[in-house]
Amino acid sequence: MRMNVMTEVDFSQESPDTEAPAQQTNGEAVVESLSLTVPEQETGLDQTVGEVRCESPFVVAENVNVYYGDNHAIKDVTLEIGKKQVIALIGPSGCGKSTFLRCLNRMNDTIDIARVSGSIRLDGQDIYSKAMDPVLLRARVGMVFQKPNPFPKSIYDNVAYGPRIHGLAADRAELDHIVHRSLDRAGLLKEVKDRMEEPGTGLSGGQQQRLCIARTIAVDPEVILMDEPCSALDPIATARIEDLMDELAEDYAIVIVTHSMQQAARVSKRVAYFHLGNLIEVDETDKIFTNPQHKLTEDYITGRIG
Amino acid sequence: MNESREIVAASLKRRRRQEQVFKFTGLAATTVGVLFLGVFFVDLIAKGSSAFRQTYVQLDVEFSESVLAPGGELDLAYADFDGLARSALRELLPEVTGRSARREMNRLLSIGAGFQIRDMIAADPTLLGQTQSIWVPTSSNVDMLIKGNIDRAVEEARRPISDQQIGWVDQLQANGRIERKFNTALFENGDSREPELAGIKGALMGSFYMLLVTVALAFPVGVAAAIYLEEFAPRNKWSDLIEVNINNLAAVPSIVFGLLGLAVFINWAALPRSAPLVGGLALSLLTLPVIIIASRAAIKAVPPSIREAALGLGASKMQVVFHHVMPLALPGMLTGTIIGMSRALGESAPLLMIGMVAFIVDVPASFTDPATALPVQIYLWADSPERAFAERTSAAIIILLAFLLAMNLAAVIIRKRMERKW
Repeated sequence: MRMNVMTEVDFSQESPDTEAPAQQTNGEAVVESLSLTVPEQETGLDQTVGEVRCESPFVVAENVNVYYGDNHAIKDVTLEIGKKQVIALIGPSGCGKSTFLRCLNRMNDTIDIARVSGSIRLDGQDIYSKAMDPVLLRARVGMVFQKPNPFPKSIYDNVAYGPRIHGLAADRAELDHIVHRSLDRAGLLKEVKDRMEEPGTGLSGGQQQRLCIARTIAVDPEVILMDEPCSALDPIATARIEDLMDELAEDYAIVIVTHSMQQAARVSKRVAYFHLGNLIEVDETDKIFTNPQHKLTEDYITGRIG
Repeated sequence: MNESREIVAASLKRRRRQEQVFKFTGLAATTVGVLFLGVFFVDLIAKGSSAFRQTYVQLDVEFSESVLAPGGELDLAYADFDGLARSALRELLPEVTGRSARREMNRLLSIGAGFQIRDMIAADPTLLGQTQSIWVPTSSNVDMLIKGNIDRAVEEARRPISDQQIGWVDQLQANGRIERKFNTALFENGDSREPELAGIKGALMGSFYMLLVTVALAFPVGVAAAIYLEEFAPRNKWSDLIEVNINNLAAVPSIVFGLLGLAVFINWAALPRSAPLVGGLALSLLTLPVIIIASRAAIKAVPPSIREAALGLGASKMQVVFHHVMPLALPGMLTGTIIGMSRALGESAPLLMIGMVAFIVDVPASFTDPATALPVQIYLWADSPERAFAERTSAAIIILLAFLLAMNLAAVIIRKRMERKW
């Protein structure tokens, strides 16, 4: 993902007619470049259509810009994410949706050349202010990654890691309780309760991803970020994760990046469509998929691009 | 379509031949390597194995009161212990008379015989007045004769042992008084001018103390530097410069580290000369770049997904490093450390500079006692004129290789134990 952004098409708003650069690094990018020939005036890339605001917003991003060195990866994105709501970020590869996701828990801090401007507020607090410690932020904003990445430790220790480092459990009994509850919520407890001491890496792909979800909710976050959580899973495992997301949405705000339009339609309440660093359209899921306002959104969801 | 199939079919023969040629070349290269190694080992064992056995003569020594306690008191400082051994030998060869013949005969014994008698009486004073049958070392010339390293056919003037002495040795051997036994002196003694008394223990302990200093310094410093450079240091011109310099440092000739050690540790810091402490310091300078490079590679090999997972849970950078990166990188770090240690163990050039090339009889008992190291001992023995030191040189090499093998084995075992799948 990072690499995609780095090698992204050098598209700027000042020169809307820029042709696709000759050197593309992957096939997907070639498809994207087709849309570059669409003049800006007609499409209005810099204006997000639909409704970026929502009721009872919990995460508020205003005029967020992200640069990787000279590369302008996210352009002036404003978006509100509601409490106890699933919002899906869709768009072609390299459009900045994962970059935006990583801004929400400051994972971009780990990249030296990344620079973020604008403001992102979590429950009213600016997460990029000096007062906000990224450690605390990440305890409040959990993340599930594209590839299941359990620690090479036992299943128990995987889930217990977060509570342990944050000191959430006073004693072993409380820790046991947190671990069991988290595994139960992630729908994994039945499958693993007799082998808690076995390595987490020995589970199947779908189980590993649910273990990662259990690990994330063990810290009791307020927001869960999911970066294409099902892209490495088969349809059955995917269905289980999607069911799980429905349940988790009762308690958490969930932001999911996905390449599957069906998945976005199934799990999310709202959908945000990104294109080349711009947030093109945000709206209720039904509206986006039945009646998209923007030409690019329509092209994407009907499979003409992306 | 068919055309391309023909082209492919036509090229098959050439491709197979290339593969055959490559396989043959590889096999030949491997064979040559194994052959050299085989010749090396066979030669080493053929020359060195005889040093592990040593010739001893059985004497019936009378711990005579008149010699050992002339004033009624046991006199360990000035008593004529050699005289006791000599008179015991005279008993075995009663026909030898005359001063010069007796002097010739006395040369069959090692001076170690007297030391052995002294040690016995010192350990157990009740022996006074008794007669004991003991095995004492012969001189190295007798040993060489028994081992067949001195050619009897060579004319008398050109060999270190006379016809008369050979006659006595044959006589003693016929009486069952001469035997080859396991050479305990080789493992229990420090260096000596007498080959039959020279042992490897001093050098072994010197090397041991030195490696202890090296590992205690180089491992923590190297790993800390690697972690800092890999995980915390900002990427800029300075860190690039440091990286280039570390890589260059790994290729600096070891004698330079010796000179540095001499200038800094001995001349400036006034640490004792010939001490394992200084040797260990110089060797840790030499080992550091190896450990840093290996540790950085091990850290780089930790998948980023593990770091992200921990960061995403709210682990601090320090926690990510010590809970996740370190455990996964540790096998690689330890492997690098042991490779560095092996190099340090085999290094002699820097030790020459800091005075560890000295002739040191006492086995070092601490980090500041004068000592030599195994490779230096090999050099010293290889340089000695006595015939018997030749086999001891090979024996010392065998011991050094065994030491190295044990270290590498430890590396493999540690790696296997700690290796985790992810």
